[in-house]
Amino acid sequence: MKILVCISHVPDTTSKINFSDDNTKFDTTGVQFVINPNDEFGLTRAMWFKEKQGAQVTVVNVGGAETEPTLRKALAIGADDAIRVNTPATDGFSVAKQLTSVINSGGYDLVIAGRESIDYNGGMVPGMIAGLTNANFVNNCIGLEVDGTSAKAVREIDGGKETVSTSLPLVIGGQKGLVEESDLRIPNMRGIMMARKKPLNVVEPVGTSAETASVSFEKPTPKGAVTLVSPDNIDELVNLLHNEAKVI
Amino acid sequence: MSVLVYTESEQGAFKKAAFEVASYAKAVANQLGTTVTAVAINVNDVSALGNYGVDKVLNISNTQLDNFNANAYASAIKEAAEKESAQVVVVSSTADSKYLAPLLAVSLNAGYTSNVVEAPSSKSPFTVKRTAFTNKAFEMTQINTAIKIVGVSNNAFGLVENTGSASAEDFSPSIPDLGVTVESVDKATDKVTIADAEIVVSGGRGLKGPENWDMIEELADVLGAATACSKPVSDLGWRPHSEHVGQTGKPVASNLYIAIGISGAIQHLAGINASKVKVVINTDSEAPFFKAADYGVVGDAFQVVPELIEKLKAFKAQQ
Repeated sequence: MKILVCISHVPDTTSKINFSDDNTKFDTTGVQFVINPNDEFGLTRAMWFKEKQGAQVTVVNVGGAETEPTLRKALAIGADDAIRVNTPATDGFSVAKQLTSVINSGGYDLVIAGRESIDYNGGMVPGMIAGLTNANFVNNCIGLEVDGTSAKAVREIDGGKETVSTSLPLVIGGQKGLVEESDLRIPNMRGIMMARKKPLNVVEPVGTSAETASVSFEKPTPKGAVTLVSPDNIDELVNLLHNEAKVI
Repeated sequence: MSVLVYTESEQGAFKKAAFEVASYAKAVANQLGTTVTAVAINVNDVSALGNYGVDKVLNISNTQLDNFNANAYASAIKEAAEKESAQVVVVSSTADSKYLAPLLAVSLNAGYTSNVVEAPSSKSPFTVKRTAFTNKAFEMTQINTAIKIVGVSNNAFGLVENTGSASAEDFSPSIPDLGVTVESVDKATDKVTIADAEIVVSGGRGLKGPENWDMIEELADVLGAATACSKPVSDLGWRPHSEHVGQTGKPVASNLYIAIGISGAIQHLAGINASKVKVVINTDSEAPFFKAADYGVVGDAFQVVPELIEKLKAFKAQQ
């Protein structure tokens, strides 16, 4: 089985978010970048398929050379090789088209992407890849088994989960639950050394047009100070929630 | 030309999100000077949509669509969009809508923007405001395609009532290869889901152990609220992952969010920031959550929460 894991290069979850160039660009000054957490759960599940079922795992990212350390980290975790599509990730649709070109030339059976990236939260790339490559698609995937060409997946739904059966080729929108937080792997020294020698192929983009464009950003207006209520006066809290906030 | 809206339902009845997206679709239609057509799948009575500005309902009844299937639903909405020459298609931010929207975008060759919180600020170029960086920022986004798909955030635009009536028309789209078959569904039907809840009661590590969740459940019961938890709590296995709210868990956009024993890590605050009113109960007055909250109680949850339950019961009895 050939698996492609799509890796988004995103600011660490603790990052302070600021904008530059008159609020039109994300300011990366001082920001540490990581593998998108939803992608990392998928990558870790892919490692399971590699170790138990002999799968071959390729990681891919659409982005400039600055994203390569993130791909190297994925290689250090255990992916076999990496591909970087050499173009900035502008909007979800164009990223999906770039990835589709990689999928069509690589002949992957299973494509694992995160449900959404934690930066732009578009939540569209996995579904669009599935649509563009005519593959089956399971979103919000929290469990996956593959046997030959058939697959069984668990999908989180509002208020519960459902178990579905489907077949390869398959695209997964993954999230926590595919593996547990405690299953995530920190690359060891041997992994890091080996990652330096693994192939990281840079491919040039196919021509696409962006369907959507980011115009500008703004930050939420700062909140007023908290109203403190004494623990001995919980009646007052009920009163405030009813009469002032009007939420009960 | 029209605005098409997918009005989601469950077991024959509309979800709350359906009325919110209908309200949004009406606002867009007013800007564009056109009408709103809704697509409803296996809904018993579609007349309520008229109260939210829908002019016409394409009513689909098909037992093959009893279980949600993203391919089949996206294909039905696509057929409806073509029939109505829709310029704009509006969907919600439920798990199902977010599942089908990218497939719909590919089949209509439409630009899609999710997590939209306001009516378009401009119709040409078509520009909408959405949340990004998990609620740490807003992004103004243009959609430049002929057909545009807007995914509206839950509990952001709100319900706007209208005095109209919707005409219903039977619609029988073709059903494509499903690709994915539902084997079983495991869902608590008696509980409010985090996505639908007006009020969410959430517990953190300050509660010391899963055995102390009874009072969280009871508080949620009194308020008709959903229960949630912080990331450490789900990682420790005290509560299921499905309750984890925050940047890598579920987003919350309730009217009231009550955080108990949660210190307020930046990732947690990002995930719940879209909630309108936030209450924090924590022993540590230096906890970051107090900077993000509207109301706070510096106190021991094991004393404050039972008392809050009693006071709320008395309040509810009075109402």
